[in-house]
Amino acid sequence: MQLPPALHARLAGAPGSAEPLPVERDPAARTAPFRFAPRPVRFPREHDFFEEGDVQRHLYLQDVLTQVGGAPERPRVPEFTCQVAGCCQVFDALEDYEHHYHTLHRNVCSFCKRAFPSGHLLDTHILEWHDSLFQILAERQDMYQCLVEGCTEKFRTSRDRKEHLVMRHLYPVDFRFDKPRKSRGPVMPGAAEQVLAEAPGDDGVPSEVDAMEVCSEHVEPPPAPAGERRAYSHRVPHEDLKGPRREISTSNGGSSAALWRCCRAFPPRRRGPRTLARAALHVAGL
Amino acid sequence: MWSRQRGRLKPLCCGVEELRCRRREREAALRKARREQQLVSKRLLRDEALEEAEEGCVAMIFGEAEIQQFLRLAQRGTEEKEREGALVSLRRGLQRPETQQTFIRLEGSIRTLVGLLTSNQALLQLEAARCLHELSHSEQSAVVEACLPATSYLLTYLSGHSSDFIELCLYTLGNLIVESEAVRRQLLPQGIVPALAACIQSPHLTVLEALGYALSQLLQAKEAPEKIIPSASTDSSVLGSTLPQHMLQLLQPGPKLNLGVAVEFAWCLHYIICSQVNNALLITQGALSTLGLLLLDLAGAVQRTEDAGLELLACPVFRCLSNLLTEAAAEAVGGQLQLRDERVVAALFILLQFLLQKQPSLLPEGLWLLNNLTANSPSFCTSLLSLDLIEPLLHLLSVSNVVSVLVLTVLCNVAEKGPAYCQRLWPGPLLSSLLDTLAFSDTEVVGQSLELLQLLFLYQPGAAQAFLQQSGLQALQRHEEVAQLQDRVHALQQTALHG
Repeated sequence: MQLPPALHARLAGAPGSAEPLPVERDPAARTAPFRFAPRPVRFPREHDFFEEGDVQRHLYLQDVLTQVGGAPERPRVPEFTCQVAGCCQVFDALEDYEHHYHTLHRNVCSFCKRAFPSGHLLDTHILEWHDSLFQILAERQDMYQCLVEGCTEKFRTSRDRKEHLVMRHLYPVDFRFDKPRKSRGPVMPGAAEQVLAEAPGDDGVPSEVDAMEVCSEHVEPPPAPAGERRAYSHRVPHEDLKGPRREISTSNGGSSAALWRCCRAFPPRRRGPRTLARAALHVAGL
Repeated sequence: MWSRQRGRLKPLCCGVEELRCRRREREAALRKARREQQLVSKRLLRDEALEEAEEGCVAMIFGEAEIQQFLRLAQRGTEEKEREGALVSLRRGLQRPETQQTFIRLEGSIRTLVGLLTSNQALLQLEAARCLHELSHSEQSAVVEACLPATSYLLTYLSGHSSDFIELCLYTLGNLIVESEAVRRQLLPQGIVPALAACIQSPHLTVLEALGYALSQLLQAKEAPEKIIPSASTDSSVLGSTLPQHMLQLLQPGPKLNLGVAVEFAWCLHYIICSQVNNALLITQGALSTLGLLLLDLAGAVQRTEDAGLELLACPVFRCLSNLLTEAAAEAVGGQLQLRDERVVAALFILLQFLLQKQPSLLPEGLWLLNNLTANSPSFCTSLLSLDLIEPLLHLLSVSNVVSVLVLTVLCNVAEKGPAYCQRLWPGPLLSSLLDTLAFSDTEVVGQSLELLQLLFLYQPGAAQAFLQQSGLQALQRHEEVAQLQDRVHALQQTALHG
């Protein structure tokens, strides 16, 4: 297939077209037995016409090995310590450090030192847990916003929201709703929930439970049936949840202490509670 | 801009012949799967550096006791390195289907793994995610479905900041998505569409490619046209979200365009467009002009780049453009205006030439686009003539019957516009090429040749005469007895003999 040399120059040239030639159709052109009529063709997704291209696409999908890091080489670096003051974690790869930093030092509440997986969850936590205006408003209207991004529903209590998350958004029934307040690991939406459920100012019992440990021993049966868990009142989390959990997980004391040290210091991107005025604007939807 | 990432294809230690043979086998399997509407693929993300470090150790089949031991160590080891090491061993074991089976049957194992995934030890979390990823890649449904308790966490992590981790979560989700409709029925209420819409703003190319993969897996679902794509009032549907605008942005030519990312999102667009849910919306968002510019860029790239895998992108771009051109909206919103640039035709021919060398099986898709461009456009038909593209087009007649029919159809598109077009079409090798196609035995090829002859006889004075002189009647005679052709053969014989 020999293309005219000028074609490449045309591609590189300016947009535009030559003036179209005059169209003069003769009705005799479409008389039987001839039937040609020009028409743009549409193919639906399952049409056989797409077989070849689909097969090529899937060969590509199956062939390709992408790398976790994206970069072909992971530069080896001498061991180094996390630079966040107070954190003593040691690394020998930059990627590992990056992940560590984002997980533990990026979205940290400056009040209770807890790390969250996203800014959105941190904001929710601060609003609901450290904002006194929120508490006042929550007594009068639905203030507990659904934690799933894109869902705008609000609830009277965090318990109602919890039920909504399980029923409407199919969150697992053993999703962590009983995050002890004193834990300082990263917190998932449900985990934030528990903090909110405890009365502000309640110091709670320092817990050694790993922040998001769903089950500390794989032979352990689920902590409680769903119905029972949903019945937890926001006033009685201690008896219901912390008692049994302390029994089943006693091994993380050491690392919790390290984390506590690491998060107590002042991480670079932590956020504190909004001022009351800002919170008021926020609540008013402005 | 157009180069692929280096070293992405895993080198296989075997001969060329064996490679070809394997590829043929896999192609056949994929074809069969497609015909049964079971075409599903997964991607495996493994860290090459880790792979190399572990080279030589064959993945082991672990028994219950060993798995239990690893899990216990991962949870309660005294040193972090020890805990991480236990998960690394477990992950390597999980590369074996036998170990996967044992693992999911072990009570509480998934709960423990999910626990580690959500732990506050960043490296344990990453390693647990890699274990889940191995499971998600399994061919056995039970293994994949065992991962379901992790999905809400995987989705939550998409709004984090650690690009490696997000990438891993996305590939894992992408693998889970295709497993069954039940999986998707869980992921949709958990907010996968808004989560992806937030994540698509990531600056990391690896994250974007992974996201495109996951989204294309979602859009490929059988129920996508009814349940995933439609623009509802909420943003939990793809068209209701900001995803289409972002996808189009990522397909815009420029220094930021990345082949791996563009391939994934072009396929995403194809799945949306061929579902025909609301293509007018995409057109108003500029899909036609973005894709048209991308086609130009792609043609520029094939002239410069050697073996970059550009056909992987050309295919979905052809499809998107072709199907969009059939929309009434394409005319209504000036879509034709956006595409009334003859460089599109030039680009398409450069790509056809590229495909002829690289992947001839994709030629029909390019010619389909040429048909849709020329069918109702005097402007593009004129460009075909003025850019001297008839000869290269005729050259494709020898490729295959499917290609021949499409080539002849495009020629008919030009010829049916009248005498001015036929006059420009006629000189050169057209007639001898047509006499060659009359020697074909494929009814469709011959039928389309007869249509073209009739248009030429009608609009081009002297065409019938020349046909007679070159023994055209004998060529026609061969098809006198074919039921679908005989009427047209007789009509042409009459015209040729009696005018």
